[in-house]
Amino acid sequence: MSEQSLLQVSGLSSAVEDLPILHDINLTIKAGETHVLMGPNGAGKSTLGYTLMGNPHYKVTGGSIIFDGQDITNDSPDKRAKAGMFLSFQNPLEVPGISLGSFIRNAYHEQTGKPVKLLQYKKQLAEAMDLLTMDGSYADRDLNVGFSGGEKKKAEILQMLMLNPKLAILDETDSGLDVDAVRTVSKGIQEYQKKKDGALLIITHSTKILEALHVDYTHVLVKGHIVTTGDGSLVEEINEHGFEKYVRCEGCDGCSPLK
Amino acid sequence: MSDNNKTVVDIDRSVYDIKDVENEQDFYRMEDGFTEDIVRKISEEKHDPEWMKEFRLNSLKLYNELEMPDWGPDTDELDMNLISSYVRSKTDMKGKWEDVPEDIKNTFERLGIPEAERESLAGVGAQYDSELVYHNVKDEVADQGVVYTDMESALTGEYADMVHEYFMKLVPPTDHKYAALHGAVWSGGSFVYVPKGVKVDIPLQSYFRLNAAGAGQFEHTLIIVDEGADLHFIEGCSAPKYNVANLHAGCVELFVKKNARLRYSTIENWSKNMYNLNTKRALVEEGARMEWVSGSFGSHTSYLYPMTILKGDHSTMEYTGITFAGKGQNLDTGAKVVHQGKYTSSLISTKSISKSGGIGTYRSSVIINKEAKHAKTSVSCDSLMLDSISRADTIPGMDIRTDDADVGHEAKIGRISDEAVFYLMSRGLSEEDARAMIVSGFANPVSKELPLEYAVEMNNLIKLEMSGG
Repeated sequence: MSEQSLLQVSGLSSAVEDLPILHDINLTIKAGETHVLMGPNGAGKSTLGYTLMGNPHYKVTGGSIIFDGQDITNDSPDKRAKAGMFLSFQNPLEVPGISLGSFIRNAYHEQTGKPVKLLQYKKQLAEAMDLLTMDGSYADRDLNVGFSGGEKKKAEILQMLMLNPKLAILDETDSGLDVDAVRTVSKGIQEYQKKKDGALLIITHSTKILEALHVDYTHVLVKGHIVTTGDGSLVEEINEHGFEKYVRCEGCDGCSPLK
Repeated sequence: MSDNNKTVVDIDRSVYDIKDVENEQDFYRMEDGFTEDIVRKISEEKHDPEWMKEFRLNSLKLYNELEMPDWGPDTDELDMNLISSYVRSKTDMKGKWEDVPEDIKNTFERLGIPEAERESLAGVGAQYDSELVYHNVKDEVADQGVVYTDMESALTGEYADMVHEYFMKLVPPTDHKYAALHGAVWSGGSFVYVPKGVKVDIPLQSYFRLNAAGAGQFEHTLIIVDEGADLHFIEGCSAPKYNVANLHAGCVELFVKKNARLRYSTIENWSKNMYNLNTKRALVEEGARMEWVSGSFGSHTSYLYPMTILKGDHSTMEYTGITFAGKGQNLDTGAKVVHQGKYTSSLISTKSISKSGGIGTYRSSVIINKEAKHAKTSVSCDSLMLDSISRADTIPGMDIRTDDADVGHEAKIGRISDEAVFYLMSRGLSEEDARAMIVSGFANPVSKELPLEYAVEMNNLIKLEMSGG
């Protein structure tokens, strides 16, 4: 399994309302790997997350997405979720009248098609919430309604842990969090990494969240192009020097990735 | 989501639409229209006491003098000359379910009425067209001294004086044109008296069924909850669909005495040819509490604004309502509260859903009179439009005449957000399920106020099946 790629993105381009955002993205993620996608604001990082998850607002204008052996380029988001893809939202939506606990149970049931064993589910949920230092009462609160920024992000990681996807895409999960919350969220991500072959695509423009995580590959996205790919050490380099040298080359059309 | 053929479908009301046509010939049906002659005939048919006959005739006079309401939805298509004021089935009122005629019994059984009684109610009244056909109260409730009977029996029975004292004192026929009409031709409905200090643990229920085409239903509900007593009363209403207009102009008068509590829950599902011009009002004495839970799903046109008068000091009210306006419906609903006593408080919370061109209007009025020192009110109304051809309006009124009132108001009108649908879909829910989850979540604050069986009925009413998926 580890030889075969879990996600195979080939020549992917996408647009929002006829405005091209992503250009010819190639990305391969194998089971169990952790990839980091970095880049300055407005580079198209979130667009890549949305396009992979199938947000209908983002139209694929070229290329393909193969996930777990299936071409999902034109599949709806729920099919992708059922295939094992997960997106942690940068700004999780508030849904009044549905509790966080029953929502996760619902989603779990949808994805597995199996009836949820209530006691076992509750125990599992309590453990995961404990790990994320979330008060148990959040399970009974309406999904994200009135949650602080940090609580919303924790709730996303909680969903990831409970739904246990094959690939989790984390879109700016660290943005707007204080130091303690980043550490907690990072703990949740490590827990997911420990599980069998879970793969990660972590979208971030800071490096705090990566400090305690093992990273296999780092990609830098600028103006909708992946301009360079390296190993985990690239994170360190960007941490020191920023994106300046990648951004500077934007003037030349078709700028080739730097060495 | 851009896919337009996936929408929340209309409420499935097929079970309510089952007509009972073949037996209609057996029914006594008053000729259409509202004349003095007709009112006299109704009074005679019903063996009214003399004062009631006079009351009816005076009300009719007022009806002819009063103007139509000058706000709200159009009622031009309602031709009063084509409405029959009184339709009586071939049966008398029965105290045993087995004795109710088979065809009528079947209708109620399909609606789940007797099951509900067996499982969760202290007493049930069932009205078919203009008269009650069944009435029963559990012994243990009757033993507590609770009176639950049809209005006709109450008018001449042991509590005749009490009925005379209270009848249409809270909603006088002078109130508006349809209150006057009600005073003239009212028939059926329930009378409830809960004696001092008696707490009725399980709810009483009345179910109103209007079966005859082109008929009017004018039931009168009078409830008196005496000092320190406690009651939950539930009313349900439905009718099959006809191509002619039907009219419902009922009247509900609620008297909540000192330190008493009354909860009044309504699930209204009239068919979409119904003009629902209903008047409900509660008078709340010192330290007493009035709670309304209201679900409006049916009717072609509704004018419905239950009113609460917080007369006594420290009296409180809470109104929780939901309105679902589908295709061809124009539902003008809301609440009204008058603060009269000191330290009174009111809480109004409504939800409105409109789809397929339906119009949902929230209209409310909060009046804090100058005597009502330290009054507190909070109003919140949320509207959700499920598509771009539907309409939601919010018309909240406040008239505050003290300088120390604590007033809160919040109004939101929105659509189902595509981003929220995508969010739920990204967790594995289909688009239909995602939309249904958002709508039922929106309705949840109301459904959780209802007893379980009724919450289930309400969820069936907001049946969120998707079409074209």
